[in-house]
Amino acid sequence: MTENSDNYSAAGEVGAVLEKRTFWTRLKIDMKKSPWTARFGMLIILFYAIMAIFAPFIAPYGEAQVFATPYAPWSSEFIFGTDQIGRDIFSRLIYGARNTVGIAVATTLLAFLIGGAFGLIAAIDRSYIDQAFSRLVDVFMAIPSLIFALVLLSIFGSTVLNLIVIIAVLDSTRVFRLTRAVAINVVVMDYVEAARLRGEGLGWIMRKEILPNIMPPLIAEFGLRFCFVFLSIAALSFLGVGIQPPTADWGSMVRENASLIQFAQYDLKAGLTPLLPASAIALLTVAVNFVVDWFLHKTSGLGDEQ
Amino acid sequence: MSSNSDKGDILLEIKDLEVEGFSDEKWHDIVKGVDLTLRRGEVMGLIGESGAGKSTLGLAAMGFTQPGCRIRGGEINFDGIDLAKLSDVIKRRYWGTRMTYVAQSAAASFNPAHRLIAQTTASTVRSGAKSKEDAYQDARGLYAALSLPDPQNIGERYPHQVSGGQLQRVMTAMAMSPRPDLIIFDEPTTALDVTTQVEVLSAMREIVETFNTAAIYITHDLAVVAQMADFIKVLRYGKQVEEADTRSMLSTPKEAYTKSLWSVRSLEKEEQKGGQSFLSLKGIDASYGTIKVLHNVSIEVAKGTTVAVVGESGSGKSTTARVITGLLPQTAGSVEFDGKGLLKSLSERKKEEKRRIQMIYQMADTAMNPRQTVGEIIGRPLEFYLGIRGTQKSKRVLELLEMIELNGNFIQRLPGELSGGQKQRICIARALAAEPDLIICDEVTSALDQIVQEGILKLLMRLQMELGLTYLFITHDISTVKAISDQVVVMNQGEVVEQGQKTDVFQPPHPEYTKLLLSSVPEMDPDWLTNLNSGRREA
Amino acid sequence: MHPVTKTILERLGLGLATLFVVSIIIFSAIEMLPGDFGQAILGQAATEETVAAFRRELGLDQPAYMRYLQWVGSAFQGDLGTSFSGRNSSGIDRSRAVVDLIAPRLWNTLFLAGLTAVIAVPISLVLGISSALYRNSVYDRTVNTVTLTTISFPEFFVAYILILLLASLYPVFPSLANVDGSTPLFERVFRTALPALTLTLVIVAHMMRMTRAAIINLLASPYIQMARLSGASQIEVIVKHALPNAWAPIATVIAFNLAYLVVGVVVVEVVFVYPGVGQLMVDAVTSRDIPVVQGCALIFAITYILLNLIADIIGIITNPRLLHPK
Repeated sequence: MTENSDNYSAAGEVGAVLEKRTFWTRLKIDMKKSPWTARFGMLIILFYAIMAIFAPFIAPYGEAQVFATPYAPWSSEFIFGTDQIGRDIFSRLIYGARNTVGIAVATTLLAFLIGGAFGLIAAIDRSYIDQAFSRLVDVFMAIPSLIFALVLLSIFGSTVLNLIVIIAVLDSTRVFRLTRAVAINVVVMDYVEAARLRGEGLGWIMRKEILPNIMPPLIAEFGLRFCFVFLSIAALSFLGVGIQPPTADWGSMVRENASLIQFAQYDLKAGLTPLLPASAIALLTVAVNFVVDWFLHKTSGLGDEQ
Repeated sequence: MSSNSDKGDILLEIKDLEVEGFSDEKWHDIVKGVDLTLRRGEVMGLIGESGAGKSTLGLAAMGFTQPGCRIRGGEINFDGIDLAKLSDVIKRRYWGTRMTYVAQSAAASFNPAHRLIAQTTASTVRSGAKSKEDAYQDARGLYAALSLPDPQNIGERYPHQVSGGQLQRVMTAMAMSPRPDLIIFDEPTTALDVTTQVEVLSAMREIVETFNTAAIYITHDLAVVAQMADFIKVLRYGKQVEEADTRSMLSTPKEAYTKSLWSVRSLEKEEQKGGQSFLSLKGIDASYGTIKVLHNVSIEVAKGTTVAVVGESGSGKSTTARVITGLLPQTAGSVEFDGKGLLKSLSERKKEEKRRIQMIYQMADTAMNPRQTVGEIIGRPLEFYLGIRGTQKSKRVLELLEMIELNGNFIQRLPGELSGGQKQRICIARALAAEPDLIICDEVTSALDQIVQEGILKLLMRLQMELGLTYLFITHDISTVKAISDQVVVMNQGEVVEQGQKTDVFQPPHPEYTKLLLSSVPEMDPDWLTNLNSGRREA
Repeated sequence: MHPVTKTILERLGLGLATLFVVSIIIFSAIEMLPGDFGQAILGQAATEETVAAFRRELGLDQPAYMRYLQWVGSAFQGDLGTSFSGRNSSGIDRSRAVVDLIAPRLWNTLFLAGLTAVIAVPISLVLGISSALYRNSVYDRTVNTVTLTTISFPEFFVAYILILLLASLYPVFPSLANVDGSTPLFERVFRTALPALTLTLVIVAHMMRMTRAAIINLLASPYIQMARLSGASQIEVIVKHALPNAWAPIATVIAFNLAYLVVGVVVVEVVFVYPGVGQLMVDAVTSRDIPVVQGCALIFAITYILLNLIADIIGIITNPRLLHPK
């Protein structure tokens, strides 16, 4: 027998102590183990946040300030030149962080509020309410959401509020599905049954028993949905039916300056100009995706089986 | 090694084998230097608790490691070849031909897309040992030898078309089809009900004997391994504890750990006579949707006693618990508790009634919210039922922890930071916090290792003495019933077959089903299966 | 009835029901328009009579369910109404039938989507399956990071990078994909190259990742380990044991991505000024030409529902549990 020879009794079993870690030490360990992609992603997100919050202090010119020379080349005065009516592109890029990202965040939050609440109710209820919601969502998801958004925008017109509400409602269907699916896995757990047996109310069960346990997948989904919403709004703006001028927005900036790309042969910088707002969009989605990928990998336990 | 050296030449010799697995970003030892010798025609029993490394060792005997594991050192000499040094491509020539494997879950281990007979004979046909026709013919013979129904045609079916016990036998036929030198049985009967287990065990033992095949039989159940093995190796924490031939291992185990594996079977409670009825179920019918699962169930539970409800899966024993707690309103009959009728549905019952009946679950893992600390878990019933808050509450939580033999350090822990036995103790403390009169224990020990089971059962018995609790103990395990109960209720297919004092139920004469159930429970006697089968054949 | 037939019929019924609800939603687009939209379309100078005549033409004087039945009835006969554009205040109607607007463009869109699918599907299946097999290798990690980056790119970003590289800096392909009915096939492929390439890049990333996930999920099944343990070679494990169970997940992945293609096509058509349904729809949205929007949306929705239906049916007919009932 080995060093554990006395350990088989109940007392030994009771005495066995597994390591106890606090939240912060866990976070530290996680950060230490995080791959470069995730760290890069977090850095970029931080950078965008600073740009969005402090836009008026960072940008050299105003969002809609018009100068005399349209399509001015890159220079020390206009770092990335001016656009078709003479606005400073660099300033508009910075303001774009505030507008484009801000609208996407607001839309995603709204989508989670709607989809999350209904998803939770459906998961707990599991009766005709669940049936009704689920069938409705099936139908909504039977039409591609971009097409649906186009139809709705053609009816209600392209205002920022309409855009937020329409995209949020369409996207909330996916949040509903996910919330419902993960919540159902939690609802069948014995500890939820134990709470019901104890006589706890619905509010307490939702808040204390279910919500904390579905947070990790929902947080990851928030990142993914944000990317999707962000790209959808960018696509709509690019198509000219999203965020309307003069608001500085990356999607519309691509559209407005797209013709410059033809001049790349003569002036590469001018040719690159329409790609700047496009890459601003791409960089943020890449960053969010990297962070979400790591987060999913970590919380799903996939990290254990490499 | 003492046993059966006359059986034949050495077939498998493992020396100082080390296997490790990758998790939490580093390598952990799973098997730490094990030696093993197996001769032709011998059956070795490999026994140990969860995490002992017995499945890993069993697979490694074939030179196989699961994804994420690797062999770090040692030799695996199979008939003169060191498998540890060969590539998978070479080892494949041995797998499925000279060494075969029988998995725990046959239902998941058969490919749903192919017919059984094609899967049974796949490796035999691939190796060219037999033509397809011959292999099929031989497989039908094996099906017959394993007493499968309709052996000529059962092979034409798909895996989902036959029952679990039958699939396990088909898998044994599949392992036997190439007439291997060695078969690894990895917990092949663990997922089966006892009455099915007996049939499968008999079939497997007979066919291994018929072909004189060497085998390694992996299980956590000593009584099962006693029927199958010539000698037994006990593993713990990836190391050998002891090895001996089956009879001497059963009669005179040497190591303290091995002795402790026997202990739950010696645990016995002095039987209490049933007094005045405390909980009484009268003519209960219940259904899930349109499927009726309980038929006219009547059970009496006396105050301060333990009533064990025993039955196999689908017997309705857990459903009975759901009716008592109000989770599943009955369609007919009544539940009376302490002289008063309980309303059918949970939402109609008073808080006080809910407080007095508490429940403990089989899987402590899922019975506790992983995001709440032990303090919160135990503290909530105090607050909810008894209105105890603040320092009063923390004081009471400490007292409760003491009652379940844990100290105050546990208050801040999350369930993920506890061992299996500790988790179940916290669940007991949560039930106690409500100061209940009746506790329903639903298979509370069946997910735990044997030694831990004993600790939990002892704790429950002590608490009953001290607090005068009444238990309704739901289980499928007869030895647990013997250990803890005063009265026994036997259930089968939603009906009560028999109920009464423990001594009466365990004494003949028995109703037909009780007889079958009791006789199917493996005993720690190497001759038990032989005697049982000859007895059943005569009858 | 055989369970397979029964399940397929159920699924077909569900598809029809979905289409019914979707058609109601699309139909009600015209209901939700503000009351003065007639004025807005015909112009401020329109007289009350012309507006009233226009409303009558749209059937707004009849109850909604009657108009829905008529709309569906004519849609079945290939009549999706007439466009709002081309009308003016004088009452002269130069509008064209929606079907005439959509039909030639639908062919173009299908050509672009088809061309993309032919390139993208095989590439993604090969990439997805191989990275699942060599999971966690350098190859897998590289493919994973690259595709994760690509799916984060907006379609127009990929499109403009390609234009910059392959049309502007190194003029290999035309940046404008103007094709019409008379363009010969080879020329058509050449002009469609950049839009097809853009869509391919976007879709391969998605499809490859989903294929990889599906295959990894499959390879984790106990029966795969059992097959390995009975001496099956890597090839045999894949072909005999994994593949027969992989049709359903793979079909789902392909259908999902082809459906995604239908949407991605809208943006790409606008970038390359490709005369497809997507571009038509965007123009119609901008000018609030509701009948055209309705027609296009209906076409997209039908394609979407149909693709998902096909994937489900493949899943049903390859499911051994349904094929061989108890």
